Amino acid sequence: MERSLFSYIWRHSRPEQVVILLLVVLAQIFYFMSLTVPKSVINNGIQGNAFKDSKTIPFLVWELDLSAVFPGRVIRFFDGFQVDQLQYLVVMSFVFLGAVVVNGLFKKTINTQKGRMGERMLRRLRYELYDRILRFPPAHFRKVKQAELATMVKDEVEPLGGFIGDAFVQPMFLGGQALTAIIFIMMQNWLLGIIVIVLLAVQMSIIPRLRKPVLVLGRQRQISARQLAGRIAETADGVHEIHIHGAANYERADISERLGLIFKIRFDLYQKKFVAKFWNNILSQATPFAIYLVGGYFAITGQMDVGAVVGVLLAYKDLPSPIKELIDWDQQRQDVQIKYEQVIDQFQPEGMMPPELQAIPDGPPPPLGKELALAGVVVTEDGRVKQLDNLSLTLQTSSRVAVIGGSGSGKDVLGQVLARQTLPASGSVRVDGKDFFQLPEYVIGARLAYVGQDTYLFPLSVRDNLLFGLKLRPVAPASYDEATKAVRETFWKESVRAGNPAFDPNADWVDYELAGATGPADLLPCMVRALKQVELDEDIYSLGLRGTVDAAQRPDLAEKILKARHTLHEHLQDGTYAGLVEPFNDDHYNKNLSVAENLLFGTALGKQFDGDNLAADPYVMSVLRKTGLDVDLQRMGLSIAETMVELFSGLSPDNPLFEQYSFISADELPNVRLLLQRLGGKGIEAVPEADRIRLMTLPFRYIEARHRLGLIDAAMEERILGARRAFAEGLPANLRDAVEFYDFERYNSAATLQDNILFGRLVYGQAQAGERIGTLIAQVFDELGLRDSVIEVGLEYNVGVGGKRLPASQRQKLGIARALIKRPQLVVVNEAVAMFDGRTQDRIRDNILADASERASGVFWIANRPSQAEPFEQVVVMQGGRVVAQGSPSELAARGGLYTELMASA
Amino acid sequence: MNLNEEVELLKGVPIFSKVEQARLKLLAFTSERVNFGVGQEVCHQGDPGDTMYVILGGTADVLIDTPSGQISVAEMKRNSFFGEIAILCDVPRTATIKAKEPLATLKITKDMFYRLVAEFPEMAIEIMRELAHRLEDTNQKLRAATRAA
Repeated sequence: MERSLFSYIWRHSRPEQVVILLLVVLAQIFYFMSLTVPKSVINNGIQGNAFKDSKTIPFLVWELDLSAVFPGRVIRFFDGFQVDQLQYLVVMSFVFLGAVVVNGLFKKTINTQKGRMGERMLRRLRYELYDRILRFPPAHFRKVKQAELATMVKDEVEPLGGFIGDAFVQPMFLGGQALTAIIFIMMQNWLLGIIVIVLLAVQMSIIPRLRKPVLVLGRQRQISARQLAGRIAETADGVHEIHIHGAANYERADISERLGLIFKIRFDLYQKKFVAKFWNNILSQATPFAIYLVGGYFAITGQMDVGAVVGVLLAYKDLPSPIKELIDWDQQRQDVQIKYEQVIDQFQPEGMMPPELQAIPDGPPPPLGKELALAGVVVTEDGRVKQLDNLSLTLQTSSRVAVIGGSGSGKDVLGQVLARQTLPASGSVRVDGKDFFQLPEYVIGARLAYVGQDTYLFPLSVRDNLLFGLKLRPVAPASYDEATKAVRETFWKESVRAGNPAFDPNADWVDYELAGATGPADLLPCMVRALKQVELDEDIYSLGLRGTVDAAQRPDLAEKILKARHTLHEHLQDGTYAGLVEPFNDDHYNKNLSVAENLLFGTALGKQFDGDNLAADPYVMSVLRKTGLDVDLQRMGLSIAETMVELFSGLSPDNPLFEQYSFISADELPNVRLLLQRLGGKGIEAVPEADRIRLMTLPFRYIEARHRLGLIDAAMEERILGARRAFAEGLPANLRDAVEFYDFERYNSAATLQDNILFGRLVYGQAQAGERIGTLIAQVFDELGLRDSVIEVGLEYNVGVGGKRLPASQRQKLGIARALIKRPQLVVVNEAVAMFDGRTQDRIRDNILADASERASGVFWIANRPSQAEPFEQVVVMQGGRVVAQGSPSELAARGGLYTELMASA
Repeated sequence: MNLNEEVELLKGVPIFSKVEQARLKLLAFTSERVNFGVGQEVCHQGDPGDTMYVILGGTADVLIDTPSGQISVAEMKRNSFFGEIAILCDVPRTATIKAKEPLATLKITKDMFYRLVAEFPEMAIEIMRELAHRLEDTNQKLRAATRAA
């Protein structure tokens, strides 16, 4: 990238700058007109100066005055219209109005053009910076903080956008104005003109010098603010450590120190700025001072007439503002130039990847090659410790090789080199004779898979993360309707103008062929297969059970699940499962649901009837009053209150039992006790109205099967059922969308898959009911061939920032599955299974090996335990950054040495 | 069976016999009711135990592993309880308990029990007194036995 902001701007916006410049020049004519027309209106139109000699004057005369070349020679093309004074006034007024409108239109166009150009340049610059981040050498990310990169791309280049529009136009325009004024002064009196020029020169040389410290401070301010952003991100990243180690105040000290520094810089900046401003004002007033003094002297001594002095002063009046703005512009120029340099410097590290390596492939990516040859490879940590020491190794990309070695053997670094994550300091890595590091990224991305110990997941769905490695190029364009297509085309045109690529993220980027599928339709089995290889399918299945499906979008799936519900309920009739589930039944009170759930008898959509909102809802209240259930509930509430007071009195208020079991919070308990004391055993009728409402809401959370207070007998069940019916029948139209009623024949889009198939509640207190029903559900899904569909729903689960919504082991499994789904020619597994238990490690290894030998592809397994190397055809033994032995396990065992030692230790 | 009946059964457990009724009610309320189907195991011999069960209904077999296989040594019915020592100290289960008929139990976990004891120390004193009585009782029997020998 250019060091100079100006050449950068000029290179990328030359045609636009020229157009704007032309517009500005053209605008001057109309500007001038809008200034001169009022004079004619007043002099001729109102005062009638031109009409003193004749009633009418010619208007719109079109003639060419050649008198300057041929005296007295005027070519007249059109004699004009004759107009009288009133007509003249009207016409000229409209001419004035027209000039004002045209003037305004020009201004608007120029500003729009400038704005668009600025924004376009800003977009280009931001894109280029981002593009560079993608091409940074991997090691560079150990040095830069991500928050600082974000601040630079987002905030620090922002002011550049505003400046770019004015970069060329402003100095030309203001310079022109200033020049005109100076020429006019020179024409009046050359001596005064020279004085003005000298004073201006002084002003223009001193002011920038005064502003220099301001710029230096500005640079410091920028850097310190960027570092602050970095520190804040660090705090967020390490917040657990801060709490665990009680280091919050140490962090506070650091931030306070930084803020203090920033304050000092900013305050210094203010001081310097106002000093510069002070001198600027003084110097700009020095010129009129000189004109008064010298001009006055000339006038008194008669060397110049008074009119000329006044003329000079008037001309000077137009000078300071363009000069001042010019100086401001210059200040802004230096400021953004510094900002630009500051940012650019951070974006050109050594060893950036050339853009060609990240080109987008035209078609399916070519194969990797057959033989990987490492010769004399040296990797050093910051030029000191040699992690790989003159390592030479040749391997077939289709062979299955394990690497074993101690912790300092450099085996993990070897893995990183093979994934191009670490660049060797010297030596070569070649694939069939070609430089491995010069292969395009799409070849590596498609044909070589790498999994390390840490897996990063993007905050997207499991599915998007799994398919991430298949998105090398847009495979099929997105289909748009005509109108959207036109909009998209314009959008892309603009992208190209700003130097951005016209890629469409809505296109289908998934390379199905790579996964072994022919299209979106048969991709699911491929995904399930990859999940199975890493034993993640069960977990995703469970996520699927907890996921939801919108029946409007997937009517086929909803119908199948409805069928599964029927099958499951047939099974529930069997003796083995009797009494484990209480199904939702319109005509029965469900003892395993709370009173509120029994009333609503459906899933709340939105907030209206959700949770505690139900108890406060006016419609619910009206239903309760109408059915007379309100008094029943109050009576139940009173009974619950008595029990709670009896049970929980004397318990300390912060005891977790309160939160877990009590219907009344610890804060409220004393009030309720007081209420009961005042009541002295009298019934609900004696309770004041205000307290009754509170009592009435208590039973809402009461579940007969769980709380066992024996509050709901058969008669009460009937009454609640009555209220349930009244609630459903009288539901006003505007609340219809707030609840999805339980209906055995309808799929419920708001409920989870599991709730949909179960259509009931697990009965409280049945030993192992959850496990047994879970197994039954899995069995039903298997019978109906729905297991993969459930996994498909689970794939939509969002993994959260950095995959934090998944447990660490599942994150890692997903990372491995992401590498396996693209069926790579060679997969490098760099101690990626270390976090699993020993058996899982071996099973995943065997799955990967079985899959690889089926496809005759390669595995490069860097073993976290030497014993993992057993089933491999070839084993590489490493020590001290070198290969010390290589061969089949039996050969190595026969030779003894380090191999036997490592194997014995495992 | 409702809460008050459960409390009555809890009173029959010697270590709880002297504990205040309200406390036992809280213990019952916060404890889970667990039902077992015929043939389901409540606990297995040798497994670490931290839960006590009070049988609210049904019958269960008490099974002991012997070299010749599992043999039934006793039967438990309503009002029986087991595992009361397990909530005081960690001991492995000394027998397997299997439901012979559909079995209803009240499951009292160590955590819940400790939480209540921490909250109401007088409960601990009542339990200590009961244990001391038992110890004295055992000592007397031991003395009588040694004298007889």
